[in-house]
Amino acid sequence: MSLRKFITNKTTAALAVLITVFANTSVFAQDAAAGAAAAPKVDMGEVYKSVIFYILVFLAVCLFIAIIGKAIKVYELSREAQGKPVGINWNRVHASLFALFLVIGLYGVYWEYTVHGAMLLPDAASEHGKKIDEMFNLTLIITTIVFVVTHILLFGFSYIYKYSAKRKAYYYPHNNTIEKIWTIVPALVLTVLVLMGFLTWRSIFFKVEDPNNKPLQIEVTSEQFKWSIRYPGADGIVGNKNYKLTTATNTLGIDFKDINSRDDEMADEMVLPVGKPVKLILTSKDVIHSFYMPHFRVQLNTVPGMRTIFEFTPTKTTAEMQQETNDPNFKYLFLCAKICGAGHYNMQKVVRVVSEAEYKTWIAEQKTYLNDDLRKQFNLPVAPVKSVADSAAADSVAVKTNQMALNK
Amino acid sequence: MSTIALHDEHNHDHADHGHHKETLISKYIFSMDHKMIAKQFLITGIIMAVIAMGLSILFRIQLAWPDQNFPFLETFLGKWAEGGRIKPDFYLALVTIHGTIMVFFVLTAGLSGTFSNLLIPLQIGARDMASPFLNMLSYWFFFMACVIMMSSFFIQTGPASGGWTVYPPLSVVAKAMPGSGLGMTLWLVSMVLFVASSLMGGINYVSTILNMRTKGMDLWKMPLTIWAFFLTAILGILSFPVLVAGVVLMVFDRSFGTSFYLSDIVLGTDILPNEGGSPILWQHLFWFLGHPEVYIVIMPALGISSEVISVNSRKPIFGYHAMVYSLIGITVLSFIVWGHHMFVTGMNPLLGGVFMITTLIIAVPSAVKTFNYLATLWRGNIRFTPAMLFAIGLVSFFISGGLTGIFLGNASLDINLHDTYFVVAHFHLVMGSAAIFGMLAGVYHWFPKMFGRMMNAKLGYLHFWLTFIAAYLVFFPLHFLGLDGVPRRYYAFTEFEFMKKWLTVNVFVTWAAIMAALAQVAFLFNFFYSIFKGKVSPQNPWESNTLEWTAPVEHLHGNWPGEIPTVYRWPYDYSKPGHDVDFIPQTVPFSQTMSSNLPHDFEGNAEAEKIQQDWELANPVAENKG
Repeated sequence: MSLRKFITNKTTAALAVLITVFANTSVFAQDAAAGAAAAPKVDMGEVYKSVIFYILVFLAVCLFIAIIGKAIKVYELSREAQGKPVGINWNRVHASLFALFLVIGLYGVYWEYTVHGAMLLPDAASEHGKKIDEMFNLTLIITTIVFVVTHILLFGFSYIYKYSAKRKAYYYPHNNTIEKIWTIVPALVLTVLVLMGFLTWRSIFFKVEDPNNKPLQIEVTSEQFKWSIRYPGADGIVGNKNYKLTTATNTLGIDFKDINSRDDEMADEMVLPVGKPVKLILTSKDVIHSFYMPHFRVQLNTVPGMRTIFEFTPTKTTAEMQQETNDPNFKYLFLCAKICGAGHYNMQKVVRVVSEAEYKTWIAEQKTYLNDDLRKQFNLPVAPVKSVADSAAADSVAVKTNQMALNK
Repeated sequence: MSTIALHDEHNHDHADHGHHKETLISKYIFSMDHKMIAKQFLITGIIMAVIAMGLSILFRIQLAWPDQNFPFLETFLGKWAEGGRIKPDFYLALVTIHGTIMVFFVLTAGLSGTFSNLLIPLQIGARDMASPFLNMLSYWFFFMACVIMMSSFFIQTGPASGGWTVYPPLSVVAKAMPGSGLGMTLWLVSMVLFVASSLMGGINYVSTILNMRTKGMDLWKMPLTIWAFFLTAILGILSFPVLVAGVVLMVFDRSFGTSFYLSDIVLGTDILPNEGGSPILWQHLFWFLGHPEVYIVIMPALGISSEVISVNSRKPIFGYHAMVYSLIGITVLSFIVWGHHMFVTGMNPLLGGVFMITTLIIAVPSAVKTFNYLATLWRGNIRFTPAMLFAIGLVSFFISGGLTGIFLGNASLDINLHDTYFVVAHFHLVMGSAAIFGMLAGVYHWFPKMFGRMMNAKLGYLHFWLTFIAAYLVFFPLHFLGLDGVPRRYYAFTEFEFMKKWLTVNVFVTWAAIMAALAQVAFLFNFFYSIFKGKVSPQNPWESNTLEWTAPVEHLHGNWPGEIPTVYRWPYDYSKPGHDVDFIPQTVPFSQTMSSNLPHDFEGNAEAEKIQQDWELANPVAENKG
């Protein structure tokens, strides 16, 4: 038998193990390879030691397993020599292991649900997010029941119907009634889930706009590896962009010939008034990114060459969420969820949900994208440069001309 | 067929027919024998699997200890791990190539290629594939694809690193990341060769199954393995060309300045001239293959497990027809569900609703298959061979991974789960674990057929339990990361406050992954050792009904020395009441099993039923069946 030879011929066995370890390219194999080809410059002493240590541990484990294998073999051979039935009833061993696996596994699942399940995102902070959470919970309940029952059956049958020479299996090729039942029941359950999912999906992406509560437009542009946020300014409309206008000063390629663009404001963070619908206009400059706001259950890819739109209503302010989660440092954020290059793992911006009043004070402080350089570039009247001594009156004149320019 | 048979007999007697003399090269390298090609596919597949597993251990180390240096990584990987830390670009290359190798080279070529080649001729009773030459080409194209894919590790800019789905513009614009340079070109070349390989294979499988079945082997007497390979091949033939179309357009975009996938792109302030294309187009083309692809991966595994479970439960597979119809259902539906990968990628939301409906419908045939497996085990007489253990493991993973699919198939839930670790956990259970377990079940079960020797069962047990437990330990906790909104393909979890609590879980998962990887040493040792030193296999080691076990253990061209056996019955007559042993091979005619025949065996053949009735009247004792 292979195991006996494995023991008796130690050198070949050790070689074989080494070769398989190398072939496996597991950590330890890399250790070994690294050790073999080590560059002399760096002090690799410690590394060698740990590499050799791990290899020895692994070899010891292999040897241990081989010894056990050999012991089992000896036991079985001696039983055979005595004319007794074969030593270990492996069918019984596996059947018991499956039963054990079922029990421990179910406990493990319970542990995961309670321990890791408690570390998840807090309840949705948006209107549609609540519906998603409800659907999630329903799906979770259904699937957990199916998961537990089918696994009890799978491992339970494995345990009960283990091989016995005395028994013959029950010849039972089919039963159309049962098969129909277990086709139709899953179909019905899935129909319910599909219908709910479909209606939720429609309610998220096909919203009817309420003329009295127009959504706040915010444009988000992604690029490697940052986000730019554009607020619409007083007119409430985010103006046009044209990627061909992109320059070092106009990094988003905003078209300031479009009157709606001129009052557009930039922001370092996304601040949202609570309870007011927000219409996100998502665009990308270079590659595909994904705008992902896990707390609000919002995700949509940003795609170069097209605008994608997601509308949602935040329902909890940051302060409320800090209380709810018992975490004074809690922050909403959005991040990138679509592979986009080396910096993919760190593309984030903070989102603050605040009261309407706070929002108004904040938005008033934000600067417009349009500045003097860009005015020149777009042949727009530039605010005359006044000396500091000039009176406020002059300033207001400048503002007026500016506004006239805007109103053209 | 008869000409082949003649050649074989001569060959076997070492007759010196000059043109047919076997040399080392014609026997082991450019072999046209389906059994040798199957072994070539399998061993190449295993080597690729080991490489891809090694890559996964590398990035698991990075995820578990993002702030530690591993000097050995630098000596091993050079500038890609300066200071003993994997660089972000190389991390992405690792996940990309891990995914590509596992999905295409291991689970498509390694699984379908191995077992379709081995089992189709042997189980339907054919001397070889319909076109052995095409079959040989299929392997060598696959081999070249593997070599080219691996060669991308030895170029300055590194391998493709835009994820295995290589979404443009990231993968098209060379300046977007280093991997999108030459590495991506190699990826595309490799993929075209791979698709060519799998088409040659697929056409061969379909034509062999349709045209070369032995006498009596009608479609409804084929084992479920053959049904699965047949439908898999059809899926591949219809969907892989679409990927080539997509790849060709991508080559044009990359090298010839077209704009199929590109429009409105600015890198920093560098405005690209491309206009009018759409990156979404690639996603449609890719997933039109990509979704059938996951069924290309799982269906052969399901076929293998159907066979293994039935043989080792000593029971007919429950609901043979339902199993076939659910495979057909999966095949058809898998063509119209690709959009569920694109719910939030900017596809029109209207389509999202439609794809959600089709996606959740496909869960029905999958559920039927699961229940039928359970019903097959019920009141069986289960022998826990290593193959059977892996088949049971497959059912468990298929349930777990399938159920999480119900979350992801629901467009509304997918909004928050898309591209998170939940997805990673889901497809690693259903593909990475279930399909791999199907493959391993197949290897343990048909190893005697391939090499004429048995694998060591006890090492097989050890391999199974370690892998089974480790796989759950790796993938189960990952669901929770996803539910917490942790996106996949993140180089490190250190930049986000809310992800830091998962760092300990990452360490745990990495250790579990290392345990799973080391467990494979038991398999690799067992596999290669048993090829040369394993116990010589008996003719029919598992007491199985299917045709391959009637062929002699010694391999010969043409499989059967004399005439190809005739088939009289379906392959699942296990433990049939009234018969003295608990299996009746397909080659045993009903006239030899009068004591166990059932009315429905005769499929309405009045004459046969009459003979049976007469016999039963003449032998009243035999009436007492069971």
